[in-house]
Amino acid sequence: MITILQPGAHTTVQDLGRPGQLRYGIPPSGPMDVRAFVLANRLVGNPDGAAALECTILGPRFETEAAGAIAVTGADMPVTVNGADVAPGQTVPLAAGDLVKVGTAREGVRGYVAFAGGLDVPFALGSRATYVRGRLGGLEGRALRRGDTLAVLGARRPVVRRRVKPGAAPAGAEPPELATVLGPQDDRFTGEGLEAFLGGTYAVLPQSDRMGVRLSGPRIAHARGHDIISDGIPLGGVQVVGDGQPIVLLVDRQSTGGYTKVATVCSYEIGRLAQVKPGRSVRFRAVDLAAAHEARRQWRASFDDALEDIR
Amino acid sequence: MRFRPAGDLAVSIELEEEISAEVNTRVRALEFLIQQKGLTGVVETVPSYRALLVYYDPDAVGYAGLCAAIEALYPQATTAVLPPPREVELPCCYEDPELGIDLGAAAVRLGLSTAELVRLHTGVGHVVYFIGFTPGLPYLVGMPERLHIPRLDTPRTKVPPGSVAIGGQQCCVYSVESPGGFWILGRTPLRLYDPAAGEPTLLRPGDRVTFRAIDRAEFDAIAAAVDAGAFTPVIA
Repeated sequence: MITILQPGAHTTVQDLGRPGQLRYGIPPSGPMDVRAFVLANRLVGNPDGAAALECTILGPRFETEAAGAIAVTGADMPVTVNGADVAPGQTVPLAAGDLVKVGTAREGVRGYVAFAGGLDVPFALGSRATYVRGRLGGLEGRALRRGDTLAVLGARRPVVRRRVKPGAAPAGAEPPELATVLGPQDDRFTGEGLEAFLGGTYAVLPQSDRMGVRLSGPRIAHARGHDIISDGIPLGGVQVVGDGQPIVLLVDRQSTGGYTKVATVCSYEIGRLAQVKPGRSVRFRAVDLAAAHEARRQWRASFDDALEDIR
Repeated sequence: MRFRPAGDLAVSIELEEEISAEVNTRVRALEFLIQQKGLTGVVETVPSYRALLVYYDPDAVGYAGLCAAIEALYPQATTAVLPPPREVELPCCYEDPELGIDLGAAAVRLGLSTAELVRLHTGVGHVVYFIGFTPGLPYLVGMPERLHIPRLDTPRTKVPPGSVAIGGQQCCVYSVESPGGFWILGRTPLRLYDPAAGEPTLLRPGDRVTFRAIDRAEFDAIAAAVDAGAFTPVIA
């Protein structure tokens, strides 16, 4: 068991989500940055989908009741155990009574704290993921608060200590250039509008959250109105509202909506987008579907090559 | 019918550019066939008025193969393949202006008495075309033309859950507290979305909903029974 001494800015329990409920209006939830989430679990010897914490900007401070291990990945958040610095991105063995603090992100937005064994909260519709707007899953369907306790399943010290290889996640271009597949309604925009979308730089606005990232940049002009007959919104759907500004819809998105969608950010880019701090910018580029599927395969394969044993 | 990629994990199948019972029935029939046949690689489906969004696993099925398999099912996608709809009765308190905030104003706008408005609203079956916007919120179509009404000029920022409201040719029941631009005629004491329930959403796409007018005393009694977990909705 762990006891939350300080919850951080917005810390929730997540697993890989609850697909299959969108037709009832319930989004999948799950981690914003799947790669960082999976690597945290693998560092402590868990299955990829074990429940872990997603922290936002500022992480939690907590006390462990029993010996075990954790790993922190994702945003670059300073981690201390009983006040001593430990390196992020590696297996951290813990003794009973250890005090862990996950600090403020120096880079990135979302950090993940995985616990050897995985967190134990009740399943809701087959998943432990928290959907705060729907008060579903996680711990009572909400973000963590001071004094909360969370059970850890079969806590144990992993035999093998591992770390994320240096350079396993290359920093890439700045601002990040996110691959998108145009459509489903790219034909509802003018040529100038599409050029603006693919040529412009878009700043992430502070109102962004797990539902969607709101952006501000060159106007993406509609050819004939911004309304469509409401239809399903895919993960990464780039909805363009009346003022020509885009919103990228994410893991806690509404299932349907009535605004035109110029493009869809590729699934393997969602995690990069989720790590862009408000005020920073992104750019978009178009890829064809075959290239997107190939890039996704490589991205999945890169998980297997990202870790190494600590000797 | 056209297929459009919706990123690397979904395809949008747009049938027509219209809102009609015929088109929505075909959407739901196509969804039913995809699920019934267990098409390889399909992860989940989201019906809407005139489109079906199909999420798939690209490791299990290619885009072209998936589209071909769906297109092959399309000729059978008629009302004949759908199971008979569930009939769901939603009790609704129209009479209390605290709950049916806009009933009087909507009646004036439509040139009806409030009694006539309630009679028309309770006198028809409303079909759940799809669920969306918030968890468990039904998009209901089937109102007589006499009740078609432009949306509110200024949407409310907060509509209480259970509010039964109309706008355009549609009716909806707000499932959680949310913004809303429809005219609120009344409120049901039932929970359209209850995260504590094993099945959190009351309604499903294709259900036929009828509203039964209740007075405030019955509203309070049902609401108390719902709170106590002692109310069973009428679903046939």
